[in-house]
Amino acid sequence: MKKLLITGGRVLDPKSNRDGIFDILVEEGKIKAIEENIALEDVPRIEAQALWVMPGLIDMHVHLREPGFEHKETIKSGTKSAAAGGFTTIACMPNTQPVVDQASLVEYIQIKAQREGFVKVRPIGAISKGLQGEELAPMGEMMDAGAVAFSDDGNPVVSSSLMKKALEYASMWKAVIISHCEEPSLSKGGLMNEGEMSTILGMQGIPSAAEEIMVARDIALARYTGCRVHIAHVSTAAGVELIRRAKRQGVAITAEATPHHFSLTDRAVEGYDADTKVNPPLRTQEDVEAVLKGLQDGTIDVIATDHAPHHRDEKKQEYKLAPFGIVGLETALPLAITHLIRKNILSPLQLVEKMSLHPARILNLSAGTLQVGQEADITIIDPQAEKKIDKNQLYSQGRNTPFHGQSLYGQVLYTIVDGIVVKNLEWIEKGE
Amino acid sequence: MNYKNLLGLRDLSAEEIQEILTTAHLMRPVMESPNKKITYLMGKNILTLFYESSTRTRVSFELAAKYLGATTTNVSVATSSVNKGESLIDTVRTLQSMGVDIVIMRHPMTGAPKLLADHIEAKVINAGDGINEHPTQALLDLYTIERHKGRIKDLKVVIAGDILHSRVARSNIWGLTKMGARVVVAGPSTLIPKKIEKMGVEVFQDIKKAVVDADVVMALRMQKERQESGLFPSLREYQHYFGIDEGVLSYAKPEVLLMHPGPVNRGIEITSDIMEGPHSTIEEQVTNGVAIRMALLYLMTRGGDKQ
Ligand SMILES: [Zn+2]
Repeated sequence: MKKLLITGGRVLDPKSNRDGIFDILVEEGKIKAIEENIALEDVPRIEAQALWVMPGLIDMHVHLREPGFEHKETIKSGTKSAAAGGFTTIACMPNTQPVVDQASLVEYIQIKAQREGFVKVRPIGAISKGLQGEELAPMGEMMDAGAVAFSDDGNPVVSSSLMKKALEYASMWKAVIISHCEEPSLSKGGLMNEGEMSTILGMQGIPSAAEEIMVARDIALARYTGCRVHIAHVSTAAGVELIRRAKRQGVAITAEATPHHFSLTDRAVEGYDADTKVNPPLRTQEDVEAVLKGLQDGTIDVIATDHAPHHRDEKKQEYKLAPFGIVGLETALPLAITHLIRKNILSPLQLVEKMSLHPARILNLSAGTLQVGQEADITIIDPQAEKKIDKNQLYSQGRNTPFHGQSLYGQVLYTIVDGIVVKNLEWIEKGE
Repeated sequence: MNYKNLLGLRDLSAEEIQEILTTAHLMRPVMESPNKKITYLMGKNILTLFYESSTRTRVSFELAAKYLGATTTNVSVATSSVNKGESLIDTVRTLQSMGVDIVIMRHPMTGAPKLLADHIEAKVINAGDGINEHPTQALLDLYTIERHKGRIKDLKVVIAGDILHSRVARSNIWGLTKMGARVVVAGPSTLIPKKIEKMGVEVFQDIKKAVVDADVVMALRMQKERQESGLFPSLREYQHYFGIDEGVLSYAKPEVLLMHPGPVNRGIEITSDIMEGPHSTIEEQVTNGVAIRMALLYLMTRGGDKQ
């Protein structure tokens, strides 16, 4: 019988509202006991004094790039990056080549992930066939094959009529629609947030209204149909405010924010380094403050990375030619500890809610909690450790991070999936 | 000044700008002499790398380089091939191995000269990037103003037209405000960038009010494609509200200078009458452009390889 004992750590489990020093016994991939003192000899143990023991982090917004763009990232490198970042489950977006718009591709990704992956991978299926925004993709079959949500992320669903049908149809399977909110006629040609900085830098801007309009539309559709919408990567003050009001009125809406949108402003674009090019763009200080407020008061349910790896040659181009996106799996937790925990925006339990419990709930996963009988997906971190981000030492194939050289707090020490330590100070390489 | 590159006037101090203007003045005798050649840049290899055609700017740089004794080579890359084909970084590497001392680059995308400068040993001069900057055009405008007015400080300069897409306007705003001028911009509100006041300028929608007591009025070229993308309804309407004619100019100071970076759409931005009238400096701007570029090439090589 495979056992693992984690002793003396600060156990954080928002579902049971547990925040205290406990021992956890893992047996056969499941949590066997959580008690103040578990006396057991001859069991492999992790001494977790002064460390935080949390349900494994869940990132519901990741671009793995496989199939089709393996030069940017593969399921193997992406899941290794996830494990390094403390994530035990990631949900991957369907904008691959081919697009994940049918059951066989949902299955392919899961098989590949089981064979080569370091963490659990849950595919998100496309809303529309080929992400074309014209016809609904077969959501039922994809759900049966293991899809956990639907999204055309990368593209907004321009047709309001198709979006309405998608909400209604997905609700038959209790699945959530994840919306990439962007009004494309407003954002077209834009490279960064429209405002003082775009004027100073001489770059075409993307107005914040491009996000606001689509958030408002999708709230209207969620209200009208009674179906669930999850707003991806909300980045504007106006977007946060719309979501706040809709929630107060009982609309079935949830939302996520990315670490880069709560820790950087459009001032980062100065210098024209394409590693700051992301969609939605980095916004103003006022927007960052609104996102922080939204995280604090519960308007924003989830922290998700929108991990978007690109090959370094693709980013080493004129700003306009470089693709949008930055990598996020390995910087998410340090950014959250540095900007949310150390600045008292969130309590540790609230952080775990947003990085584990809530994404599990939204995707209907039986995860996101530390309870007896639960699969042993556990992340152990040192919240005090300080480390400099070095883009050349990421496990992701993508080097596109604007945080290179920044010193951040919070280091992931162990990532445990189904009771197996997949990441510790030395990698336990699966299948190698 | 920073002898390595000239990427934009945003990066220069007032003192550095003044140094360039003063040096340009010293270059004029060379241009005006019958034997237009000194050997200052003898043995230097200067490359004009234009991803966007502009005969005017390219020839001005080439002449400036030749008057100073340098060898020049021109490489033109069709805009359409920027999106595919060889990457800028690869192009840079090729140039590097050919032994170029100064690269003068025009590119349709903001920040491209910065990218070039970050990856090449040679010095880089921005000859216009996207909607960002066109520093040598602004320097020649500043020089023209200084020649006529004796100073730039405290002058009122009006820039009229498509401010949003004009790298000339943006470089002029950086340069003029640094030199202490009062800068007013006027144009259709769809062509005024967001929060431009933060750059230290005033915004007017009424061209006559904007021009009141102006020392300098600078009109920009208006492009038909802006109309097609819905930024203003027609050139006729633009001309009606923002075109500069005798009547508009009468609100300015009597000794006002009328400037335009060229080429002019006659009768749209400015009428032919005033273009050829006593206030116009349009032809002189072209001459001053060569002097300014000579000054720059001189200053950028004067310090040897000092960076
Ligand atoms: Zn998205």
